[in-house]
Amino acid sequence: MQVLTCGDSGVLVEVADLDEVLALNAALTADPLPGVSDVVPAARTVLLRLAEDGDPAAVAAAVRRLRPRTVRAGTAEEVGIDVQYGGADLADIAAHTGLSQREVVAAHTGTAWTVAFCGFAPGFGYLVGGDPRLDVPRRAEARTRVPAGAVALAGRFTGVYPRSSPGGWQLLGHTDAVIWDLERDPPGLLRPGLRLRFREA
Amino acid sequence: MAATTGTAGLEVLRTGPLTTVQDSGRAGHASLGIGRSGAADAASYALANRLVANPPGAAALETTLGGLALRAHGPATIAVTGAPAPVTVDRRAAAPDTVLHLRDGAELRLGTPPRGLRTYVAVRGGFDVAPVLGSRSTDTLAGLGPDLPAVGDVLPVGPPPPGFPVIDHAPVPPVPGDEVELRVVPGPRDDWFHPEALDVLLSHPFEVTARSDRVGARLAGPPLRRAEHEELPSEGMVPGSLQVPPGGEPVLFLADHPVTGGYPVIAVVITADLARAAQARPGARLRFSVAVNHRSTRGR
Repeated sequence: MQVLTCGDSGVLVEVADLDEVLALNAALTADPLPGVSDVVPAARTVLLRLAEDGDPAAVAAAVRRLRPRTVRAGTAEEVGIDVQYGGADLADIAAHTGLSQREVVAAHTGTAWTVAFCGFAPGFGYLVGGDPRLDVPRRAEARTRVPAGAVALAGRFTGVYPRSSPGGWQLLGHTDAVIWDLERDPPGLLRPGLRLRFREA
Repeated sequence: MAATTGTAGLEVLRTGPLTTVQDSGRAGHASLGIGRSGAADAASYALANRLVANPPGAAALETTLGGLALRAHGPATIAVTGAPAPVTVDRRAAAPDTVLHLRDGAELRLGTPPRGLRTYVAVRGGFDVAPVLGSRSTDTLAGLGPDLPAVGDVLPVGPPPPGFPVIDHAPVPPVPGDEVELRVVPGPRDDWFHPEALDVLLSHPFEVTARSDRVGARLAGPPLRRAEHEELPSEGMVPGSLQVPPGGEPVLFLADHPVTGGYPVIAVVITADLARAAQARPGARLRFSVAVNHRSTRGR
């Protein structure tokens, strides 16, 4: 674990991999540290945003004393999302992975995914833990408009666009599931730690 | 001094280049990908509320390069702070950083500030627009929060708070002009840069470009060269971060910055200087220095 300074308002904790991010995030969620207002897990880091009275040195010392929690598969809540596969990039994904389009769908639906972190846009979750064969690069050029509900792949991640926005991920299909709803508490369906299984509609 | 009662609202006659409703922001939702947003110059925003005896966190208007005009529906008590836009009430000059009383039907107009960027208008009782996730701030990046005030809107004003204004005028340091000094703490990714990059940042002025907004001030200056050329996995960002895209010219993140970013941050402007950073207008030159007495937490 490496603890880095973000000015006087944040402490960035870098760990070895995403599993350690999830474990550290689980520990911070179970026992919030005093002086911390927000916890932002990401791919290899957890940012602790400080409350107004938060002291970076004290928070850094406290985080070093934390014992990360092992996140066991099967203990977390699991939700299902129905997807109509047939996205604009499905053929490209198949070509890139060497799988047939049917095999891409089978791989995407075959394992449960876990929301590692959120970012990019409100409610956009980065899901990990899928079939390792589905590792595809981002598109060379981002689309100016990806529709809400688009299910997409990039790197080891899959994600669902919560609303229409620009985006460079490879489009796999579409879901009617409401990913982002301000009338709901919390408004985002996807939050760190949630397990999710895609089903072919 | 009379209490402000029966105020129905303030009608928008003109918005200027950009007017948003802002409060102290939306803390606690970052793990869902939702940033804090809130007033870009938190100090001027807080002063405006304090002048009209609002509790901290009441919603005010943030206007960019002036141009705002409002008409009172019912009497209103207001304060104008931040970038010194010339203020008139019914065409008579009025003072900034003071308590102003508008009678029913009175018109408040802001000219263009000769320096600084963002001017705040607080009303006693606060702007009572519908909150979103506990905040009345518009996050221009996330598209979250109240709609932008438009000409013809009557912005509702909440009930007056129990306290009364106790001072008529607040002495405040002037909003910076074309040279803005900002203190930074190096890191968290200064080690991703060429050894001289931090010296370049600290020894040259960087100009605020026209491509600047509430998300960030995009700066022009000598490029800050990277040493590490691998891709940085996206990581959480704080306001004040100087994020450096591949071109080498930094972006200074302000109130509506993204929750996570994928380019390394060479240094972060300290909280005490963020209000000045938010007032740096296009064309202003920023000079960075290392904050003394900052405590580094670097270590394993």
